Formats: sequence, structure tokens, C-alpha cells
Amino acid sequence: MIEVTDLSFTVGGAQILAPTTLTLPAGQITALIGPNGAGKSTLSRLIARVETPPPGTVRVNGRDVATTPGGLLARELAFLGQHTGLASRLRVRDLVAFGRWPHCHGRPGPADHAAIARALAEFELEPLAQRFLDTLSGGQAQRAHLAMAAAQETPWLILDEPLNNLDLAHARGLMVHLARLRDAGGSVLIVLHDLNFAAAWADHVVAMKAGAVVATGRPEAVLTGPLLSALYDTEIEVTVHGGRPLVLHHLAPA
Amino acid sequence: MTRPLVPTLAALTALALASLFVGAASLDGQAGLLLWVSRIPRTAAAILTGAALAVAGVVMQQILRNRFVEPATTGTPEAAAAGLLAITLVAPAAPIWLKMIVAAVSALLGTVLFAALIRRLPPREIYLVPLSGLILSGVLGAGVTFVGWETDLLPYVSVWLMSGEFSGVIAGRYELLWIAGAAVALAWAAADRFAILGLGPEAATALGLNPRAVLRLGLAVVAIVTAMVVVTVGMFPFVGLIVPNLVTRVMGDNLRAALPVVALAGAGLVLACDLAGRIVIHPYEIPAGTILGVIGALAFLWLLWRGDRDGR
Repeated sequence: MIEVTDLSFTVGGAQILAPTTLTLPAGQITALIGPNGAGKSTLSRLIARVETPPPGTVRVNGRDVATTPGGLLARELAFLGQHTGLASRLRVRDLVAFGRWPHCHGRPGPADHAAIARALAEFELEPLAQRFLDTLSGGQAQRAHLAMAAAQETPWLILDEPLNNLDLAHARGLMVHLARLRDAGGSVLIVLHDLNFAAAWADHVVAMKAGAVVATGRPEAVLTGPLLSALYDTEIEVTVHGGRPLVLHHLAPA
Repeated sequence: MTRPLVPTLAALTALALASLFVGAASLDGQAGLLLWVSRIPRTAAAILTGAALAVAGVVMQQILRNRFVEPATTGTPEAAAAGLLAITLVAPAAPIWLKMIVAAVSALLGTVLFAALIRRLPPREIYLVPLSGLILSGVLGAGVTFVGWETDLLPYVSVWLMSGEFSGVIAGRYELLWIAGAAVALAWAAADRFAILGLGPEAATALGLNPRAVLRLGLAVVAIVTAMVVVTVGMFPFVGLIVPNLVTRVMGDNLRAALPVVALAGAGLVLACDLAGRIVIHPYEIPAGTILGVIGALAFLWLLWRGDRDGR
């Protein structure tokens, strides 16, 4: 479980995140949705402690991220942020192997090699394992970074817009992978722009707007026409497909 | 993974053997003495200098995430020289170890200043970083030269800042370079940490590292190496730039694997330049640093012209 208490974030006088108190359930896929600038990335980065500690507390499985040693937290949660565009010249296998750093500190044992092999297979990276990252396409590089986070094999996985650059096959493949992690007892927090991925795969949805959480709950409770229309200031119709919401955001209302 | 290691080691061994037998004096008569007092120390000094500067270069490139920086072009030697000049003015009789510490601390301050300067630059403007380094090193160097001129210490200053050379190296006058060698060993022990920081501070945090601590460790390695080299044999430009760029092009940024090759190749390059300097106008000598300056400037231009093709 992740408990966020009175967490806020301000940059140069601009409030990016209003004081927020929030609980993210363990053993579920939680989708974080909302328009641009809603504070989704900031919230996920604060939980993953890659942003400097602001006022408020974040507890991951009971551990305060501000005071828990980084090495310990890295075995509790893995985080993949959005890319800055600076690519290391690492081979894919070496990058994925760095995901095991929190466990082996550079001395991989059989368990680490097995985790690296699993992650490479899971993200279909075996044919690319010996390639340099800077020779890959955006989507391939994204899969390599996802495999690194997956190889960390932590109870919590936090992904900031991981579908960027992924083609539809690999985007769905990622969600299948996350669902499998969840079924094995793992917990996932994922920032999503595509509402239908949230509708189809998430167990819990957190909607944010202008730095504040405006709704939380089951997908069918949050992903409704009125709520989404207000969230995005755009009229959005929602229908049902296979028992789950289907958001028709691409259609202009008649 | 270790494929480039063996040929590099073989080339370095051949160069080291050649270095023992080339020089103004011939090796008959007191061969043992000549080897022991002059040739072996000179060879060791060139190897330590080259290895340490190349490793300092690759460490700096990883922690600052820019392929075009190295200590020699970012003001670190000038900062070390400023410290040396200051301690020479304030306490001319200070013991050598104290001067050493002052030079190292001063080099560290200069490197920290550079790291702080470039943090404000847009990360995608990769050429602004080395340009800022050249400007900073120019400013620091001009300051040191001015103070040296005013205080009649210019001969000392030029020994530190002008192209380094090994003709003055004899037993008892190069051993500080072993401290630079120790810094290289430290860098190798922390190679994975530097490579992870090369993925960015966020990725490093996510993997449980403290990016600031790794950055500090890297800056310390750079400062210690530069200070020891500047004080002992003077500065050698471009070693830290060319060698890491060529090696990581082949081997990538997995420093654990690449670092030994970087060290050996750096040692080989400096030793080769020293050997060439001893041969071309035999029995006189051209400083190894001068030869490196010529080769290095051309190679640096080539690297810049080749540009960002590796995505950095």
C-alpha cells in the first residue's frame, strides 16, 4: 500500500501539486489520469522519491520514502520516468542488468541472471540484447528501459507514461505484463494518457486536474461521461464494451 | 567483452619495453643504474599518467553526461595550478604533501565550479558544455598566469600548465603519480555506479543510488588524478577525451568492462607520444605533451565534426 499524506509541491511559486492525501491499494493496477499539467507525473515522481522531498509524507509499504535508505527503497519500488533524450551507449543486456543493482550491487548471482533473462524475454528483447541503446528506435529503447524496471522485481512498479513510443502490440503487451504482475501479488501505479487502457486494465483509477485529485475509485465509477467531460473540459461520451467502460474520446459529440 | 583488452595490453607491453631501451644515453656500462633510476621511472610515470588521465576523462564524461569534456579542457589543471601558486606564495617552505593536498582541493573546487556552471545549460545543447569548459579554463589559466607574472613565479606556473613531459622524471620524483593510480583503482571499483549515473540522476535514484554521492566520488577521482599529474609532470591535453571516446565507441558505456581498456589505451597513447618525442630529434627531445597537443587537437576537431551521431 502507498499512503500519501499532505503531499504538495511548488516550483518557483507555482503550485504543481496541491496538498494531497491519497491511498493506493496494494495488489492492484492503479491508473493515474488527467489532462496535461494536472500533476500526474509530479505525483508519481514524488512517490518514487526522484523529486526532492517536499512538504508531506509518502509511505510505500509502511516505509517513509524521505527517510528510508535508497538501497532499501529500490527493493520496494521500481520507477521508470519519461525520457530526457540523452541515451547512454549501453548494450540492452547491460541496461537490463542494471535493474538488478539493488539486489546484487554489480555481482549478479543465478537469481539475478534468471531475472534478467525473464525481463529480456518478457519484452521481446532477446534479438536486441547485444545492441547499443543509441542504435535502437524510440519504442525499442522504451522496452529496454521497461525491462530494466521489470528486472528490479519489486513489490511496487511505478511507470510515468510508459506507453510513449510503443506500438499497439507492445502497448498491449505491457498491460498484459502488468496484469500478470498484479495476479502474482504485485502492485502497479501507471500514468496513462490513453483512457481506454485505464478502462480495460486498471483496477483503480485516480483522476487529477490542476494539481489536485478530483476522483478515485473503480474504473466504471471514475470513467463516466460527466466526470471525464468535466476533467478534460471537453464533452466525452462513454459506452460499455465487455463489461468495462469504453471511452469515445476521439469522437466529437453530434 | 574482453576482446579489445588483450591487444591493448600487448601493445602497451611492447611500448613499455621499447621505452626502456630508447633515450639519449645508451644502455651499456651502467645499464642497471640507468634503467633503475631513469628509464623504469620514466616509463612508469608515462603509463600512470596516461591511464589516470584517460580514466578521469571517462569518469567525467559519465557523471556529467557529455562526451566532449575532460579535465584538461574544463579548467581542472588550471584550478590545481592556482592552488599550487597560492600555497607557494603563502607558505613557500610548505612540505610537498601539503602542496599536494592544496592542489587536489583546489582542483576539486575548480571541477565543482564547472559542474555547477553547466547545470544551468540546456541538456540537449551538448556543445555548450565543452565550450563553457574551455572558457572557464581560459579564465582560470589567465588568472594564474597573471599572478605568476606579478610574483615572478611564471617559470613554475608554466611547468604546471604548459605541455607536460617526462624528461625530468627520475626515481624519487614521480612517485606521487601512484596516488593517481590509486584513484584509478577507486574509479574501477565504482565503475557500475558511474555508468548508472550516466543513465541520469533519476534512474540512479530509482536504482537506490544517491546521485549526489556518486557525483562527488567522481569529481574527487578527477581532481586527485589531475592534481597529481599537474604537480608531477605537467598537464597532457586530450588524453581524457580521445581515448574514452574511441574505446566506448567500440565497447559502450559499460564501464566495468571498458575502464581497463580505457586505462591501458591511455597509458599506451602517452607512452607512445613520449617515445616519439625521444626519437624524432634524437638525441634531443620534444615534450610528449606537445605531440599530444597536435594529435589531440586534430582528433578533438574530428570528434566535434563527427558530432552527435552516438546520441549524446
